[in-house]
Amino acid sequence: MIPDSCLHIRGLSDDRIHSFLSLAASIKRDPQKYSQTLKGKTVLQFFVENSTRTRMSFEAATRKLGGTSVAFAAASSSLQKGESLLDTIQTLCQYGIDGIVMRHSSGGSPEFVSQAVSVPVINAGDGQHEHPTQALLDAFTLLEHWKVSDFRGKTIVIVGDILHSRVARSNIHLLARLGAKVILCAPQTLLPSDLSLFPAVEIEHRLDSVLGQVDAIMALRIQFERQDDSLIPSKREYRNFWGLTVERMAALKKDTVVLHPGPMNRGLEIDPEVADSARSLILKQVENGVWLRASVLAQLIGGVKP
Amino acid sequence: MILIQNARVIDPSQNLDAERDVLIEGSQIRAIDRPGALASFAGQASRIVDARGKILAPGFVDVHVHLREPGLEYKETIATGTRAAILGGFTSVACMANTDPVNDSAEVTQFILEKACEAAQARVFPIGAVTLGLKGQALAEIGMMVEAGARAISDDGMPVMNSQLMRRAMEYARTFDIPLISHAEDLNLSKGAPMSEGAVSALLGYRGNPAASEEIMVAREIALARLTRARVHIAHLSTKEGIAQVKRAKEEGIAITAEVTPHHLLLNDEFILKGHHSCAHHQSRADYKMAPPLRTPADQEALLEALENGIIDLVASDHAPHGCVDKEVEFEMAANGILGLQTTVPLLLDLVARKKLSLKRMIESLTIAPAKLLKLDDLKIGKLLPGYEADLILLDLDRDWTLTPDRLASKSKNSPFLGRSFKGRVTMTMMGGVIKQEETA
Repeated sequence: MIPDSCLHIRGLSDDRIHSFLSLAASIKRDPQKYSQTLKGKTVLQFFVENSTRTRMSFEAATRKLGGTSVAFAAASSSLQKGESLLDTIQTLCQYGIDGIVMRHSSGGSPEFVSQAVSVPVINAGDGQHEHPTQALLDAFTLLEHWKVSDFRGKTIVIVGDILHSRVARSNIHLLARLGAKVILCAPQTLLPSDLSLFPAVEIEHRLDSVLGQVDAIMALRIQFERQDDSLIPSKREYRNFWGLTVERMAALKKDTVVLHPGPMNRGLEIDPEVADSARSLILKQVENGVWLRASVLAQLIGGVKP
Repeated sequence: MILIQNARVIDPSQNLDAERDVLIEGSQIRAIDRPGALASFAGQASRIVDARGKILAPGFVDVHVHLREPGLEYKETIATGTRAAILGGFTSVACMANTDPVNDSAEVTQFILEKACEAAQARVFPIGAVTLGLKGQALAEIGMMVEAGARAISDDGMPVMNSQLMRRAMEYARTFDIPLISHAEDLNLSKGAPMSEGAVSALLGYRGNPAASEEIMVAREIALARLTRARVHIAHLSTKEGIAQVKRAKEEGIAITAEVTPHHLLLNDEFILKGHHSCAHHQSRADYKMAPPLRTPADQEALLEALENGIIDLVASDHAPHGCVDKEVEFEMAANGILGLQTTVPLLLDLVARKKLSLKRMIESLTIAPAKLLKLDDLKIGKLLPGYEADLILLDLDRDWTLTPDRLASKSKNSPFLGRSFKGRVTMTMMGGVIKQEETA
């Protein structure tokens, strides 16, 4: 039997999404109650792409549940020596692991691996495809902040490099599923050309036109390593139109909140004054990331029933 | 002598679809006549085949296969590839130049022909490289390859991006009266894209290869064909707009032809998302990765229509064997292409059964149309006429069967159609008067 995995938001049932969110709240309320959930279990942190915060977040979550992490670092691995992904993962599975948290630079790789192993696989970000736990922790943070159970009546704009963003892809699915009106804001070079398989979203090329109507802004990291593709003319031009600047912050509704998945380019997609303002939920996102990931680990690897 | 009796003989080159007996003497067809009319030869025949209820057609011709030898023998050899051809009903195949070393010299062309001769399965017609090493920088020794037996030139998956060089290649190809086969892809637009650009690539977060990548290069090849008056053949057309351009060029009188693969007729990019539910076999996303990529259902419909109405001249398999080390990897790293030689005919028969394609057009697109491209008439190949090579097949439209890995003669097993059930297949293949494969009922 194929074990239950968490590969992408679009593949999760509504029940599953709600149980991930509600258990995260329970663990956050009473961590002690869950401190032995993963006792005797080993979680492989399989990161075939650089990551600091997501990996540490999963490791912290594993520890909080009493489990053990073994980490795999791509730089020192046999993958560098030409070993195939399947050989590597099947070898690692022989060490006796109970679940895999996996990041990979190529989309679809966690799903590909999940078909070859007999333990649950949790996608910690695959290429430009999805980053489901990031979207879940973003939703958890907003639900908690607004003290609501869904996003009906809320408008959320995601601004930045949507095209290359797995965070955006997972969030579009999840925010819309929870009832939000989702606006995507970016130059056309940073938007996918065909969004017809996604839930309905609005496209707005200019950030200034949406500032007054949104309840939350999610700024994405702009990836300047892609500049050989001529996606945007310059950093200055990007900040001029899509940067979350102090001036733009002034145009927001009083209680509009700001999120960013990190790592931030301060002064580019977000001004330091905005990131550090009272509107910012950025550090909350990091904190909640641990609880949310603990919830996913507890259910998929620890066998906790929602 | 071999006498085949009571077959339904279909040869679109002579508009023939009727019950006939066929007499084969040595390597050639000696006579074709009404049932019973050749009965006087029965006594001299070493073999009499009762083909009642079966279709007899000229041996099929595939102008686009990868036989991988020399250099990539772990994927396929000329012997295994031509055996797959025979089992699939193809008596002639033209193999692309992307071997190691590249077929960019008369020596490699000769090597391929010697290996084909040793294998003694299907006839092999090498396609020479347009440019040295497929590098797109300098013309290969095209004339000497033609002398050695090459019947077309192509850089296939490494298309010549320099338009001036492509112009020269076309002019030079004209000198030797061979077609230039173009894999129409603007490599700058398709860079890093493992699939077609559209709703599915957006959902899965893959870079997309836009239809414009093909459209631009089809437009360029038409412009250059107009300029040079060379014979240009567009390989594996995949887009609706590409078809429209070929149609306009043909109306203008430009010497252009086009092919389509069975997988572009049967599949579309949604299969990358959903897989193929009628297949029992385990599938991976890479089974649907090819170049050009699978396009939208609208493109797929347009291709079917264009094949039926003749804007697309012929079907070619783009038989592309790959080992599991090439395919069972991350989708973006996986090699392009799937097997085709043993699945082309059953897949086309499926289209015939679903009334998407007429039987006549199907056979035409596998016989006279590809034979014309390679000028096989000069070699007396491709028609059922007295004096022609006895290359022919028998087709049983009612045979139910399932594609399993053990049926595949190829060294590689990369097919998204494994596990699929089919109705109808080739049951006998004769090449040069010799029965190369035959199924007993």
